[in-house]
Amino acid sequence: MSTATQTAPGDFWEVEPHHHHEGASTSIGFWIYLMSDCLMFAVLFAVFGVLGGSYAAGPGPKDLFDLELVALNTAFLLLSSITYGFAMLAMVKENTRGTLMWLGITLVFGLLFLAVEIYEFQHLIHLGAGPQRSAFLSAFFALVGTHGLHVAFGCLWLVTLMIQIRQRGLIPANRRRLACLSMFWHFLDVIWIGVFTFVYLLGMI
Amino acid sequence: MFDMGHGIYLNVNLKASPSEQLRKSRGQRGHHHMKHPFKHLLWLAPIMLLAGCEAVVLRPSGDIAARQANLLVQSTLLMLIIIIPVMALTVWFAWRYRATNKQASYDPDWDHSTKLELVIWAIPLLIIVCLGALTWVGTHLLDPYRPLDRISAEKPIEDEQPLQVQVVAMDWKWLFIYPEQGIASVNELAVPVDRPVEFTLTSTSVMNAFYIPAMAGMIYAMPGMQTTLNGVFNHPGEYQGLASHYSGHGFSGMRFKAHALDGAGFDTWVAEAADSGEALDRARYLELEKPSENVAPQAFAQVDPQLFSRVVNMCVEEGRMCMAEMMAYDAQGGLGLPGIANVAALTDPGRGTPRPILGLPPFQVTGICTVEELNEMLASADQAERPARRDLTPMRGQGLEAPQGILGRNLIPNRLTQSTPPSGADQNL
Amino acid sequence: MAVPSDIQTTFLLGRLDWNAIPQDPIVWATGVVVAIGGAGLLWMLHKYRLWSYLWHEWFTTVDHKKIGIMYVVLALVMFVRGFADAIMMRLQQAIAFGGSEGYLNSHHYDQIFSAHGVIMIFFVAMPFVTGLMNYVVPLQIGARDVSFPFLNNLSFWMTVGGAVLVMMSLFVGEFAQTGWLAFPPLSGIGYSPYVGVDYYIWGLQVAGVGTTLSGINLLVTIIKMRAPGMTMMRMPIFTWTSLCTNILIVASFPVLTATLVLLTLDRYVGTNFFTNDLGGNAMMYVNLIWIWGHPEVYILILPLFGVYSEVVATFTGKRLFGYTSMVYATVCITILSYLVWLHHFFTMGSGASVNSFFGITTMIISVPTGAKIFNWLFTMYRSRIRFELPMMWTIAFMLTFVIGGMTGVLLAVPPADFVLHNSLFLVAHFHNVIIGGVLFGLFAAVYYWWPKAFGFRLDPWWGKVSFWFWVVGFWTAFAPLYILGLMGVTRRVRVFDDPSLQIWFVIAAFGAVLIAIGIAAMFIQFGVSIARRDQLRDETGDPWDGRTLEWATSSPPPAYNFAFTPVSHGLDTWWDMKRYGQTRPRAAYVPIHMPRNTGTGVIIAGLSTICGFALVWYIWWLAALAFAGIVVASILHTFNYARDYHIPAEEVRATEDARDRQLASAGV
Repeated sequence: MSTATQTAPGDFWEVEPHHHHEGASTSIGFWIYLMSDCLMFAVLFAVFGVLGGSYAAGPGPKDLFDLELVALNTAFLLLSSITYGFAMLAMVKENTRGTLMWLGITLVFGLLFLAVEIYEFQHLIHLGAGPQRSAFLSAFFALVGTHGLHVAFGCLWLVTLMIQIRQRGLIPANRRRLACLSMFWHFLDVIWIGVFTFVYLLGMI
Repeated sequence: MFDMGHGIYLNVNLKASPSEQLRKSRGQRGHHHMKHPFKHLLWLAPIMLLAGCEAVVLRPSGDIAARQANLLVQSTLLMLIIIIPVMALTVWFAWRYRATNKQASYDPDWDHSTKLELVIWAIPLLIIVCLGALTWVGTHLLDPYRPLDRISAEKPIEDEQPLQVQVVAMDWKWLFIYPEQGIASVNELAVPVDRPVEFTLTSTSVMNAFYIPAMAGMIYAMPGMQTTLNGVFNHPGEYQGLASHYSGHGFSGMRFKAHALDGAGFDTWVAEAADSGEALDRARYLELEKPSENVAPQAFAQVDPQLFSRVVNMCVEEGRMCMAEMMAYDAQGGLGLPGIANVAALTDPGRGTPRPILGLPPFQVTGICTVEELNEMLASADQAERPARRDLTPMRGQGLEAPQGILGRNLIPNRLTQSTPPSGADQNL
Repeated sequence: MAVPSDIQTTFLLGRLDWNAIPQDPIVWATGVVVAIGGAGLLWMLHKYRLWSYLWHEWFTTVDHKKIGIMYVVLALVMFVRGFADAIMMRLQQAIAFGGSEGYLNSHHYDQIFSAHGVIMIFFVAMPFVTGLMNYVVPLQIGARDVSFPFLNNLSFWMTVGGAVLVMMSLFVGEFAQTGWLAFPPLSGIGYSPYVGVDYYIWGLQVAGVGTTLSGINLLVTIIKMRAPGMTMMRMPIFTWTSLCTNILIVASFPVLTATLVLLTLDRYVGTNFFTNDLGGNAMMYVNLIWIWGHPEVYILILPLFGVYSEVVATFTGKRLFGYTSMVYATVCITILSYLVWLHHFFTMGSGASVNSFFGITTMIISVPTGAKIFNWLFTMYRSRIRFELPMMWTIAFMLTFVIGGMTGVLLAVPPADFVLHNSLFLVAHFHNVIIGGVLFGLFAAVYYWWPKAFGFRLDPWWGKVSFWFWVVGFWTAFAPLYILGLMGVTRRVRVFDDPSLQIWFVIAAFGAVLIAIGIAAMFIQFGVSIARRDQLRDETGDPWDGRTLEWATSSPPPAYNFAFTPVSHGLDTWWDMKRYGQTRPRAAYVPIHMPRNTGTGVIIAGLSTICGFALVWYIWWLAALAFAGIVVASILHTFNYARDYHIPAEEVRATEDARDRQLASAGV
């Protein structure tokens, strides 16, 4: 440090009212939350990586997975991401009706995804290949199930947000929430691509 | 308070018979210590104030533990190079620059010195580089999986095979199986002095750790897994062995005596065990496995030769698929949909098998190999590849493989020594 | 939905029945004392009509300062419980010789050492550190609150909820008998079928949500809310270490959450993650839990490194030596803390190359840590040290921590670890760094910032009594454990048969008594100081001649912290303000925008606690109801758009004028 000068380098107080933009921190905060959530998925992926070959002399992925069904499911989720994108575009254009419509379509795709996943789980458990049968199945149900739970909560949030937009329109608070849910929804898409690749595709090779 | 403590201490000295043997054996080998190049440093270390008490970790009986203790002392000394000056400077600065001392210089804006910064990062780094080298070499030489390369500093190893002891951590006692002698014992271990011992360890129920402080470091014993520990006793005596990883309610009583006996003594001990009459077969094992605490030593005259393999493979119970078999199927992608049904209720529902509140009752996978296939499988699992023994100079890393780069290239292409290494030894590190 | 099970349950109460009340005179006596004390406290609150005050001013507050204080109160309460466990262990180990079983059976003793670890780490050290960061960080960066004030309140109450669950296990059911990390298979349903591990799991999960959210909150606060001009390299060191700590929290607590979820599934659904059979892998749990566990160690110590830096710079009246290298050292430690987890289980038999890799990475951490010690040392060089209590604790830390650091590096040498792992040497080591590093730092912080929080200093005489009893007591209690470790004695043992060990345990127990006196002196000190608060009053807001922005406002600060936003032109902004004779502006006050209090945090955390309790006892209807309640309360909260208000300009003017008068009377 240079020797101290006696003249101050500038004013030490901001006398003009300093207006903090409300909710300025929300997107970065939500992003950091998503990263922590991502870490949870990372653990589940790692667990699947460790246990994915431990079939306990039971069935493996080739015996259990129906790739066509999973491809359909993947298509639902990817399409829902696109429709959510359209909802955001409508929001930017201040088009409340359009936003609500696209959110509704997103919700339908989300629910379809969940329905297929529940069908798949139910089918596996019915076969006797439930999460108790082997470490592989435990890890599979935990990873895919956690993703499914996230989608379910995303759907719940989507409904809540649609009601709020109907009530108050595209006010800044609602736009902020839409942006957060958008990040959440796309994040789940990215996770699903990982699941589809590492669990289903690699398992079927 | 102190008086009370003192009184207890005196009492202890009066009736300190259990440790008498230890003390005697230490007396015997006092002169050995002085010969060793590092041993005399022991007296310099402050921790040697403990000389009065039974610091078995610092003055063990076995060569492995002794070398571990040496490394411990060397590392401490290495770190004291920096710790002592820091502590001294802290006290000195605190005293010298106290606010009431107006004589001391005061420089409130002095907050940076590149030279000083270099020094304060470099000195710890240099010490860590030294310590790191010591660690790398020490860790490899004293790896519990590594067969012994010498009996002790004075005694090179002759061409004898280590004594095999199979160890099972149970709730809450230790089972030792001597496959060569065909005997087994509970909570009592005996090995010949100066003969390398190779322990192979597993556990029946929960994780544990096996530790004989006077002999060698500890290692985990884990269910369904097998670990190895190599060690040797250099001095006869009776030593403490214990469970050092908490394993449940009976944990505190999971201690045993480890006897280091001369050749004749060991033979007698084996003969006594062989006379005990009881056989340890799978049924008896399942009975023994049931939880019990503070178990008195017990011997078995005969042991099912496959018992340990079956314990590791978790198929002591009738009808249960062995892990080796299961892993062989899994390597081929499992047994497919038919495999789902290949389960049965537990043969031996005991501790560790209640039904989870939201799940199905616990079950086991049924073994489908023939007895012959299984015998072959368990026998082959037994013969682990044993690395060749090497001639070693202690703590110099001679004989270790040089660190490899990620592409498998040797990171140290030039030999550091000019002389040709003795036959049977690799290059120096 | 529940299938018939070995475990007897009823619809209404799950597996909760009269057998859940522990049959243990010690627990009974504790229960009576707690009941009387609790009733007395409630009666006092009722008599002095404090309920409304507490609810409106404290429980529902979103003010980071009040939340910070509540965190510290929680930590102190839990500290008493954790220390009671410690004293019971020391007593048991001091007398359980020569055939004596001591006074605790294994069922009780095993719970005590598990609870001691869990409570001290999760419910003492964590809330204490979080409370400090909550209180100090916004003030140091010149902000009016944290980024998400409501979330802050929720985080606090979730931590309380976890603590309540753990405390409840003392009187209803049992706590885990597994050690503080609950390694499976021992913690699996097979070997721990009753409620202990479930209390452990749900207590940590509820508190863990709070910790993660608080980590996100403070991280964003530091990134987004710094005063104008305060670049990253002008942040006070405590803020820097808080930043790194919160990065560690956000990047490690999810691992704990996920791992505990998997253990929960093993226990409730019968999955095979960590089971022995059917492909499970218990050692994966050990790996995962330490991938969280080692960063956790640095989550605890880093903020205190920041505290020591602030204290040293303040009480030496000198700029901190080597600010830049201090920052880089902190960042190095943050990154390296993820590369060392395996050193907690060298004895697993991973092989020499893996072990030496993790051993060496561990040693490398000691380089930046050593650099920090040197920086404090050279801050003291050519300074004028005032030996106030915070500085005394800092010197004690420097002398104690280097020993703990040394034994830590020693344990990082795998062959040395093979003989010292799980020994009392290890126990002594981590108490040496946690007490000598974390706790001493927390005490330094309490003495340092107490005048800021309450407007009066703590009584120095009782503080010195506490200090000396603590420091001497610490070494008396833990030096014997180092020695015992070298004698081959391992941890968690309840009874001993080698009589030559007893003297050391007696000395250790005596040390624990000295520490108890130190703790008592500290609480007496709080009482004495409150009684003498007028003599100890701090009128200036800057009792220690501080350097950072928290000293630029009054003690205690107004709700809005700063009437005008401070501007930073370098390190030590307040020091610069004083040096250049800058005073706060006194005109043109404007209304200040502030978040509004809300009870939602208390409600959601309360419901989470009930949900956790119901899951522990398999009371499915209650768990479902409480969970639905959490969801509904959260959704309803989002329908509340009126979450803020303005403090009128006149009120700001009145507050600031009062401060002027106070400063004038203090002669500043």
